[in-house]
Amino acid sequence: MRDSLNRLARRAADEGLLDVAYATADSPFGPLLLAGTPRGLVRVGLPNQDAGELLGDLATRVSPRVLEAPARLDEARRELDLYFEGKLTEFDLPLDWRLSKDFRRRVLRAIGRIPYGQTRTYMQMASSAGNERAVRAAGTACGTNPLPLVVPCHRVLRSGGGLGGYGGGVEMKEALLRLEGVLGS
Amino acid sequence: MTANAPLGPLVSRFYGRRRLIHEVTELPPFQTLIDEHAGDVMAVCRGAVGRGDAEDCFQETFIAALRAYPKLRENGNLRGWLITIAHRKAIDHHRARGRRPLPVAALEEVAVSDPEPADGIWEAVGALPPKQRAAVTLRYASDLPHAEIATALGCSPEAARRSLHEGLKRLRKELA
Repeated sequence: MRDSLNRLARRAADEGLLDVAYATADSPFGPLLLAGTPRGLVRVGLPNQDAGELLGDLATRVSPRVLEAPARLDEARRELDLYFEGKLTEFDLPLDWRLSKDFRRRVLRAIGRIPYGQTRTYMQMASSAGNERAVRAAGTACGTNPLPLVVPCHRVLRSGGGLGGYGGGVEMKEALLRLEGVLGS
Repeated sequence: MTANAPLGPLVSRFYGRRRLIHEVTELPPFQTLIDEHAGDVMAVCRGAVGRGDAEDCFQETFIAALRAYPKLRENGNLRGWLITIAHRKAIDHHRARGRRPLPVAALEEVAVSDPEPADGIWEAVGALPPKQRAAVTLRYASDLPHAEIATALGCSPEAARRSLHEGLKRLRKELA
């Protein structure tokens, strides 16, 4: 049956019927869920997020043609592995931004430009996205980031120096900042 | 959108309709259909075309299902829907084989490894009008009860029973 299903996934991709491919990837924090469209990586699910719920959301918002098909996610998995080993400081992956819109998308794109090992504040992100007073909306954009890790919302902190929240839990945010040398170990 | 909007019959009728429209897009990820029903689909294919060609039938079924899936208007009986497609693919397969001359050795191999109904039945079934054909194959090759056949075909149980009856009558005449 395994062979049949692999063949099916390959054929679906060849015939342009694989709208959303997904796979799981190991991380030091637990399994990640990676999902990609033909345009690029569309969703990264963190270990504490419910995979079933996330796939259901993709089925509704992108396409119900969602299949487990790891091949399309190979490169994303490889780069994430290197990142967790501290050997990669910049992701080079095509991204599909369709799950974020307008202001939130602008915030996320700005976050994507924060260099490895540096941090910004929510206020700076609001300002980069064109509205310095929309600090709370910038926070929401981080909180609803469909592409955590690759779009490094863990590098955005509170103005007073507090860590702020993180979709994967504050411990994970802290660990990522430690990995990048922002916080001392 | 909650079903129990306590705002009077007019409003709940409106919400009822909204909910129906909403449900059109509420299809589960296709992978869940594979996880839950791939085994059944493979069994139907093996039963209908034999072990040797089951893999092709299986692939054709899921590719056709995947192609049609986003436009599916209801998600009440996805298993029945898949099995109906599998039967259609099996019939296509039998038809193609009927037209295409096969080497005798291959024919014998199929017959030995997987006994099938007497020659001509599948061709006759394949020649039935679509509803009758689907009703007959769902009933006799998949053992679906009338109610499930009705759901799979999107008609009332009465209509399903009628299609089955008409289909059988015609088959008896054809094969007599």
